[in-house]
Amino acid sequence: MIQAAAWAILGLLAWLPAHGAQQVDHGRSQITVVSRQMNVPVEAKFARFNAQLAFDPSRPEAGKASIEVDLASFDIGNDEVNDEARGRNWFDAKNFPRATFVSSSVRPLGGGRYEVRGPLTIKGKTHDVTAPFSVKTDTAGHSVFEGTFNIRRLQYNIGEGVWKHTDTVADEVVIRFRLYTGANRP
Amino acid sequence: MTDGHPRYGALAISLHWLVFALVVAAWALGLYMVDLPLSPQKLKYFSWHKWIGATIFLVAGFRAAWRLAHPAPPPPVTMPHWQHGVAGASHLLLYVLILVIPVTGWLYSSATGVPTVYLGWVQLPDLVGKDKVLAEFLKELHVSFNWMLFILVCMHATQALKHHFFDRDDVLMRMAPFLAKRSGRR
Repeated sequence: MIQAAAWAILGLLAWLPAHGAQQVDHGRSQITVVSRQMNVPVEAKFARFNAQLAFDPSRPEAGKASIEVDLASFDIGNDEVNDEARGRNWFDAKNFPRATFVSSSVRPLGGGRYEVRGPLTIKGKTHDVTAPFSVKTDTAGHSVFEGTFNIRRLQYNIGEGVWKHTDTVADEVVIRFRLYTGANRP
Repeated sequence: MTDGHPRYGALAISLHWLVFALVVAAWALGLYMVDLPLSPQKLKYFSWHKWIGATIFLVAGFRAAWRLAHPAPPPPVTMPHWQHGVAGASHLLLYVLILVIPVTGWLYSSATGVPTVYLGWVQLPDLVGKDKVLAEFLKELHVSFNWMLFILVCMHATQALKHHFFDRDDVLMRMAPFLAKRSGRR
């Protein structure tokens, strides 16, 4: 009985902040990047990140997002490239382990689409980015936030030294996110 | 025009030597690039190698169609009958390999998650998805077929030289008439 009450309280405690900021479901959420080398699009993903989202479609302007990406979890499917990407010329993940994004404003674009703006910090460099996104509700009642935006890698010193020239690896990099709210599955 | 020395047509001869030059270029680049450490140069070489491979496929495809429409000149009367069969079979296998090898390279590239963008311009569809085990298999296939082709090309050249210097017939000259002019052998 006491146990049941304790679980109920725990459940309530877990539910309450969920209506403030919700942790995303890491099992299903994805953050991927598509870079172009010799005009060849190559996709990679970040296996580890933290994201807290607070969003109410009836008050989109009050929405908030805070995302932290573990840069060492970069995975393009090739060990040699992964090592290079984590190394000094690219993310320098030892000295700059995390990329962070904190929203400063959210505005509706109409038709279930919105736009979030805020500073993105990677490798000690901060620039404002704007990302359009859509919000849908899946069958389990969880929200799915999906969007795509571009950054210029050289603004963040990503790809220094021999990689600085953009004739092989393009400056523009596409970042895609699909974030599911809801409890993390065990 | 052939003054009793039947030979291949000018286009057939040009296509033969063009494919040969492209295959040698793809081999040289392929052998050189694979062991390079990751660099922008290496990415460029990989793209070039794929472009050459796709070109070989296109030229060889056209060449095979041309050959079907324009039969080879008859073999010299001095050539034993059983050799006709062996020569025909090895020529067929050469055609098969120069058509199949680029396809295995394309599939291998797809399986590693790197699409092929011909001349940095036309993106070929990925017929297989990103798959490490499949990629490893296709890599072995691509390499093995190339060694098979290498051995066949060596035999092909050895036989041509044997016909020229030992049998003293027209087999080499009908595909390399420019050599005859230079050596003044006719």
